[in-house]
Amino acid sequence: MKRSGFFALTAVILILAIWEIACRGLSVPDFILPAPSRIFFVAIIQAPILLPHAGITALEILLGITLSLLFAVPLATIMFAHRSIEQALSPFLVVSQAIPVFALAPLLVIWLGYGIASKVLMAAIIIFFPITVSLLEGYKNCGTEYVILFRLMGAGFWETLRLLYWPWALPFFFAGLKVGVTVATIGAVIGEWVGAQQGLGYLMIQANARLNVDLVFAAILWLSVMGLSMWVFVGFLERRIIHWK
Amino acid sequence: MLKVSCLKKSFDNLTVFDSFSLTVPRGGFTALVGPSGCGKSTFFDVLTGVVSMDNGEISWLGETVPHVGQKAAYMQQKDLLLPWLSLIDNALLPTKVSKGNHNSREKALFLFERLGLRGFEQYTPHKVSGGMRQRCALVRTLMFEHELVLLDEPLSALDAITRRSLQSVLLLLQSEFKKTILMITHDVEEALLLADEVLVLTTFPMHVKEQFALEWPKPRRSDETELMKIKEHVLEELQGESSNEYIPLSFSPFPGGVEETS
Repeated sequence: MKRSGFFALTAVILILAIWEIACRGLSVPDFILPAPSRIFFVAIIQAPILLPHAGITALEILLGITLSLLFAVPLATIMFAHRSIEQALSPFLVVSQAIPVFALAPLLVIWLGYGIASKVLMAAIIIFFPITVSLLEGYKNCGTEYVILFRLMGAGFWETLRLLYWPWALPFFFAGLKVGVTVATIGAVIGEWVGAQQGLGYLMIQANARLNVDLVFAAILWLSVMGLSMWVFVGFLERRIIHWK
Repeated sequence: MLKVSCLKKSFDNLTVFDSFSLTVPRGGFTALVGPSGCGKSTFFDVLTGVVSMDNGEISWLGETVPHVGQKAAYMQQKDLLLPWLSLIDNALLPTKVSKGNHNSREKALFLFERLGLRGFEQYTPHKVSGGMRQRCALVRTLMFEHELVLLDEPLSALDAITRRSLQSVLLLLQSEFKKTILMITHDVEEALLLADEVLVLTTFPMHVKEQFALEWPKPRRSDETELMKIKEHVLEELQGESSNEYIPLSFSPFPGGVEETS
């Protein structure tokens, strides 16, 4: 194991240990703050309840990411290809970030209903900006000398895009996607809080109302595991695709 | 024949060159030597159409053209290989872009063999040495199928030993591949070893200060007396040029003064 990994693991174990000892020593009731061992226990034992909800949330996140990519990649490319479009749209992109997207969640539920559509859109909106901006930055980062080389070869814009700009921007794109997949989880859960019939966020609201705090924490644990595994998966894809770094 | 006449380019108030002219005969090898920042690279930018000229005329093979950008192969100090492509795919890039003929792959493989890159076709650029990358850039330059080759300090990023071996490869461009070559360099010796004609340039506005026609057979040896004499002469000329740029004494790196220890 790498040194940094060792320190990180030690820190995690230490924090969990302090938490555990504090809960037991001070006899904190489970409906206030359950001990880590209790949370792990509930997360495993209640898996038959948790898993179907986790599956729904995961589906919302994945569809949200897909939807976001379907719009972000073409938009970043068009903005890069036409400077006037970039100038026209970039204020909207910035403003869309200034609006707290969570505030839109109740509206999305009104418009799209209690089903997964509103949550998918919520996740998609949240990660749209980081992906678009990082891809656009990646395109722009391309070395001028390379661009001139392609021009001297007689390459047109789309050919240069395919052979030069796109591979060049890939590391930036992945950096944005990594931020995106972790944030998408938040989007989906907020959407579920506002109004849903299933999903981990829905389960958390239900459990919270019944002071079932250990189930809330178990749901958080499952969410974290999901977010983390998506982050690891994107990192894995990144290393496979960007083999030259 | 590449003919440039009365070329003018200025940025704001700075005239880089005014009525600059030169001629490279077909199949010839001309080198431009000058102090750094004298405008050599701007000249190449104008020649390739990267920046537009203010005035003047460029003609290639008797035909007047706005620039020779798409008629010349251009090689620079940086190899500019794409890190995600293998060496062979990098070399084939010009044919991929221009939808080249089908036997271009065989040509590239032949050039790999000829330039000592055999066996490294599938390596990515970051796995091979700087010299090999530059050889690969040279293969890519040759894949352009253009007769005119522009070299912008092609070897200056390399160590002395690698440079020596690549100089002989550059000679192949002329002797074997019948290219017409115009090279920028600040290595006087390199210019004298490789070129048929060496133009010594001076700064602002850039113009030809002195011109040498070198008729000795190639490959040449750097220790030939005549060649060394010319080298010394050119270096003196260039030194006279660059001594204009001095650092004023009041600009001391030690404002508080340095105490002498004796």
